[in-house]
Amino acid sequence: MGFEFNNETFRNDFTFKNSERAIKRFPFPFDRDDYMYSVNMEPHVPGRPGSVFEHAFDVDEHYLAEMRDRDLVLKEDPLRCQSLPHMELAGWDLLELIMESKARDYPHWFELHKTGNRWTWINRPMQIEQTFTFLDPSTLPYGPMEYITRQTQGDFTLQDQRDESLWIEAGMVTTQADWSLDFDIGMSFHEWHAPVPLAHEKGVFDRALKFLLKLQHGAPVRRFNWTHTVDPLLDTSPENYPKWGPTRTEITMENLGQRMHLRVELQTLWRLPRSNAIAFPIRCYLIKYDELVTVPKWARRMHRVVRDIHPDLAAYKGFLRNRDLMTAWLAQYDDGAPTSPGWWPED
Amino acid sequence: MSQTVFEKSIRSRPVYGLLQPRAGTAHLCVADGEGAGAICDLFAKAGAEAPAMLARTHIIYMPSSANGTDDFASLEALGAAQCHRSPSFWAAEPRLKKVLADAHMGLQVYLAGTETLIGLAQRDVMEAGLPHDAVQTEHRGSLARRVQCVHCKGITENVTTDPFICSHCGLNLFVRDHYSRRLAAFQGVNIDAEEPGNVPPAVERFK
Repeated sequence: MGFEFNNETFRNDFTFKNSERAIKRFPFPFDRDDYMYSVNMEPHVPGRPGSVFEHAFDVDEHYLAEMRDRDLVLKEDPLRCQSLPHMELAGWDLLELIMESKARDYPHWFELHKTGNRWTWINRPMQIEQTFTFLDPSTLPYGPMEYITRQTQGDFTLQDQRDESLWIEAGMVTTQADWSLDFDIGMSFHEWHAPVPLAHEKGVFDRALKFLLKLQHGAPVRRFNWTHTVDPLLDTSPENYPKWGPTRTEITMENLGQRMHLRVELQTLWRLPRSNAIAFPIRCYLIKYDELVTVPKWARRMHRVVRDIHPDLAAYKGFLRNRDLMTAWLAQYDDGAPTSPGWWPED
Repeated sequence: MSQTVFEKSIRSRPVYGLLQPRAGTAHLCVADGEGAGAICDLFAKAGAEAPAMLARTHIIYMPSSANGTDDFASLEALGAAQCHRSPSFWAAEPRLKKVLADAHMGLQVYLAGTETLIGLAQRDVMEAGLPHDAVQTEHRGSLARRVQCVHCKGITENVTTDPFICSHCGLNLFVRDHYSRRLAAFQGVNIDAEEPGNVPPAVERFK
């Protein structure tokens, strides 16, 4: 693939950084110069070669470091991975989806061999070879959802569908933008989205739910979400908010380029075949402002989005405190030139 | 509409109605504090049907843990088949779970009183396999909240001020309207996480 896995950290000394290749393929989420909530879903079909859309589950240079960080989070707080008892079948569906996708898309790293229900999974980057019986949890070291999501970048939730709603009833959540699986597990679609401002009134969640209830197997969809994070901290959990909250007061014009990160979630939604549940991978990509502004179009557009965003959204996303500073810093890179539509860096 | 007037809120925050008599093979009433009044009103609404209904009714009652209100005498006077007073919800819970486990099709459940009582009893009803909307609820009495600290996971009962101090870890928490039926609790989040020590004065929001 022409890259190596980075040896880097998402805590303490924060050695995380993006290579030039990773910057060029960063999923910049703004296709225009302003932002408001919308049901911005599109089919999750293979995209441009080399982009994060090329494959069903993107594996990038941060893979091994992210898996090490996930393991540390789970050691500190096992409640970040939970599955209500009736969700085990959905966990097997997810395991199958990821193993088949990765073995197809990255055959030099992943292999899946099946003899009836006797499966052998090879994950070369993580040096794992596991033979197990599909649908028999006693043959894996963890439940099926935990097993495969310890080997896959991004958070995952599994939604059961009943009573004309979706119910968040399993998840692996260690790279979250300040929401608690432990608190939200068991809630309906409208309940777990309840704290989001402005979007309910715009009917965004009613439309999104209506759409998702009809989601078909084999036709996944995707959307972006985004926020900002001080330092490349994957685990911005509410549980640990007293530990990372103070960093928001440490931003200055001098350190902003290194410490302020745009945090983008590439969210995909998959109907699962046996359980009829919906899998919701939430893949987090981080980019520091110094890296972001190496792409002139993104620098101009980021400035305009941050400057003009509704204050309720800036508050909900947690950067209202630093918004003026961010705007001033980004203004250095905005010459006022028009930007082309769409998010690709060179178009 | 509930007798209690609630502020406009978000969609995870529970809403309550007014208890109405429904046809059923048996009736289970769980109430605390001022909730006794809602149960008495329920049977008053039943009119001529009330005696037959009461002959198949089991009442479980406890004084309000928020303000001590104890109206058990008004419930005893109804003459239900079973009328039990417990000192607290936790003392009543084994009995409630037994009644739910023994229940047959057609059981009607009525919950009345504080949000804490309604939330805790509703959780047991859900765990027993009844859908959460198969029960009727009516809020009466204190608005004191049961709040989970999102940081240490400890639950503080009868929170009346915002912010308040977590009774487990000691952090200053603000009280969100975000509510988990699984935990039967609102969420508490550290208010001075970004600037430790910068805590606004506590305001009595939940009387």
